[in-house]
Amino acid sequence: MELLNAFIVLANFVLVPAIAYGSQLALGALGVTLVYGVLRFSNFAHGDTMAFGTMVVILLTWWMQSIGISIAPLPTALLALPLGIAVTAALLIATDRTVYKFYRTQKSPPVIFLIVSLGVMFVMNGLVRFIIGVDDQRFSDGERFIISAREFKKMTGLSEGLAIKTTQGITVITAIVVVAVLFWFLNKTRTGKSMRAFSDNEDLALLSGINPERVVFYTWLIVAALATIAGTLYGLDKSFKPFVYFQLLLPIFAAAIVGGLGSPLGAIAGGFIIAFSEVMITYAWKKVFGYILPEALAPDGLVQLLATEYKFAVSFVILVIVLLFKPTGLFKGKAL
Amino acid sequence: MTETTKTFALFALVAVLIIGTGVIQSWNAALFILNMGLISAIMSLGVNLQWGIAGLLNVGIMGFVALGGLATVIVSMEPVPDAWDAGGLRILFGLGIGGLTIGGAIAAYKKIGNPRGRVLGMIAVLVVGMVIYRAIIMPAIKAVEAVNPATEGYLGGLGLPILLSWPVGGLLAAAAAWVIGKTALGLRSDYLAIATLGISEILIAVIKNEDWLSRGVKNAIGIPRPVPYEIDLQNDPAFVERAAGFGLDPTIASTLYVKLLYAGLFAIVLVVLVWLSQRALNSPWGRMMRAIRDNETAARAMGKNVTARHLQVFVLGSAVCGIAGAMMTTLDSQLTPASYQPLRFTFLIWVMVIVGGSGNNLGSILGGFLIWFLWVQVEPIGFWVMEIVTAPMAEDSAIRAHLLDSVAQMRLLTMGIFLLVMLRFNPRGLIPEK
Repeated sequence: MELLNAFIVLANFVLVPAIAYGSQLALGALGVTLVYGVLRFSNFAHGDTMAFGTMVVILLTWWMQSIGISIAPLPTALLALPLGIAVTAALLIATDRTVYKFYRTQKSPPVIFLIVSLGVMFVMNGLVRFIIGVDDQRFSDGERFIISAREFKKMTGLSEGLAIKTTQGITVITAIVVVAVLFWFLNKTRTGKSMRAFSDNEDLALLSGINPERVVFYTWLIVAALATIAGTLYGLDKSFKPFVYFQLLLPIFAAAIVGGLGSPLGAIAGGFIIAFSEVMITYAWKKVFGYILPEALAPDGLVQLLATEYKFAVSFVILVIVLLFKPTGLFKGKAL
Repeated sequence: MTETTKTFALFALVAVLIIGTGVIQSWNAALFILNMGLISAIMSLGVNLQWGIAGLLNVGIMGFVALGGLATVIVSMEPVPDAWDAGGLRILFGLGIGGLTIGGAIAAYKKIGNPRGRVLGMIAVLVVGMVIYRAIIMPAIKAVEAVNPATEGYLGGLGLPILLSWPVGGLLAAAAAWVIGKTALGLRSDYLAIATLGISEILIAVIKNEDWLSRGVKNAIGIPRPVPYEIDLQNDPAFVERAAGFGLDPTIASTLYVKLLYAGLFAIVLVVLVWLSQRALNSPWGRMMRAIRDNETAARAMGKNVTARHLQVFVLGSAVCGIAGAMMTTLDSQLTPASYQPLRFTFLIWVMVIVGGSGNNLGSILGGFLIWFLWVQVEPIGFWVMEIVTAPMAEDSAIRAHLLDSVAQMRLLTMGIFLLVMLRFNPRGLIPEK
């Protein structure tokens, strides 16, 4: 019984949140990795793309709520998602036409692209702040819990409760669906195959008649979808604040690099590695040890390795370790 | 137009803009722009050293600037004896143990031959070290932070003259840059960018949360100044008399005088750094750096140690940013960790370097002044434009209210568009590299 209780505490405070957070990071990292694989640069505007997409979804959600559309018990934001993706995709493709395309035809080095993406980041950040402001926005509605701690306790008779928020459930299910569709697209469809070919060897792909502009177009489309979904899920789960989305850039990049930049599978693995380390290292283990260990050995302190304020340090340290020992990432991304 | 006249004209333009601010708005505002412009120019000089001359991408300028700010607290604040009695030495001892742990882990990894053993050894050293470290430092920190938390609650500084903190800020930033450069240099350029982004976030988190060191978000206020206080000047009959000689009110005269003194100090630092940078740029060392930037492989083939040179210039550039950071905190007389925002302290500096002209020291200085001026003035200009745009709308229209409220956010948009337009149509900047 004690062990079961310990496991429930662990699941409630570590496993469930980390799985949800990991799914969000994985979707974000997939976007970064795709841009890297096809367009060959690190897109610093990705965090703000996520913020922009989420903002569009929030505005649509508010509008739907005001005219009484809802899909309760699910959050209305899910209904707004497709339209949000469309708007974000339009923005990204317009950005590509007006900004990135010029440097592509010039064959600029990746580092120039990176700096250009900093400019794009500024503009998107400014847009988001201009339209919706810098404050916290909550936009999740519908049922709050799939199972609440109290129900769980009543059901099982255990002294510890396990709560699963609706948003966490939706996050994981959506992430699985999105990843499945993405891999099906990349591996089975003609466009997906041409994208992979283009990412693998640009010259060879061009020789075999792949239209690069089409590949780029589809890449931005997918990146818009991934960014909007990741951002909306994160916003539903926690809350929407533009600056937090900018800060997500670090764990997302860490996830993509740990997995191997350019490798979609790696991005997913990286997302979960980063999320689990972040949650486990900043979690206070006192309660779990209290159940597992005999009374005499039970810890006095919180048994928290690092204060939550330092969660960025976790992704950073993992990043540094990977850079030192395995610079191509776990899944052999693009070479150095 | 020759290169020199163009440079001269552009700097004259900046001077006109600042003097214009003085005439139209107020001389205090103009001097504020001048002072921060000088600091911004030093920061962009540092970034230019890294990006313009060596082609290194540093996206963590904010962290180095904040370290400079921390240096002012450590160097110049009065020590808090009660806090030192409560646990100062224990904290130092704990930090020593922490350092030994990391050193021991590295040694274990290097010394143990067996591949599995070395990893296990390293982890064992780290775990044991961390447990001892926390056991020592945690109670000590608690004790220190409990000492008079409303006004102190930290160890204080060394009580040394504030000007000393400028070089110390540079040294701290250089040390951090060395660590980060050691790990990320030599890998692909994006990795350095991401690593610096990470280290800057962590440095800010440390300064925000380690109250015993910097008072954290409670802010270290009342940092000593290298110049006299306005109130003392106003009470000094000789000063009041001289101010009256210029036909100035003593209050205004004292604020202007203090700002001018700061401007003088900052200008000295800027001139020294520019002189050094110009010498470096035109020396064999500078030529070598540019050769490495333009063709790393060729430089390597010529026997140049590319990674070592990169580390060198990365450390130097970061040190310059640290000096500027210490100067800025000196000007503010307080360390407010919450005010360090990456868009303001990292990416704005990038706009300065790119717009001014990367690879050209004068260019980056020009960029520093010009972009800082715009950053300050975009808001009133934007507000004015918005007033005109929204004038036809109804007085109580929600859209009008929202637009007027959001004007403050126009800055980022403007800076982003500035950067993109510059990169597209004039990528070499206003004063291009020769």
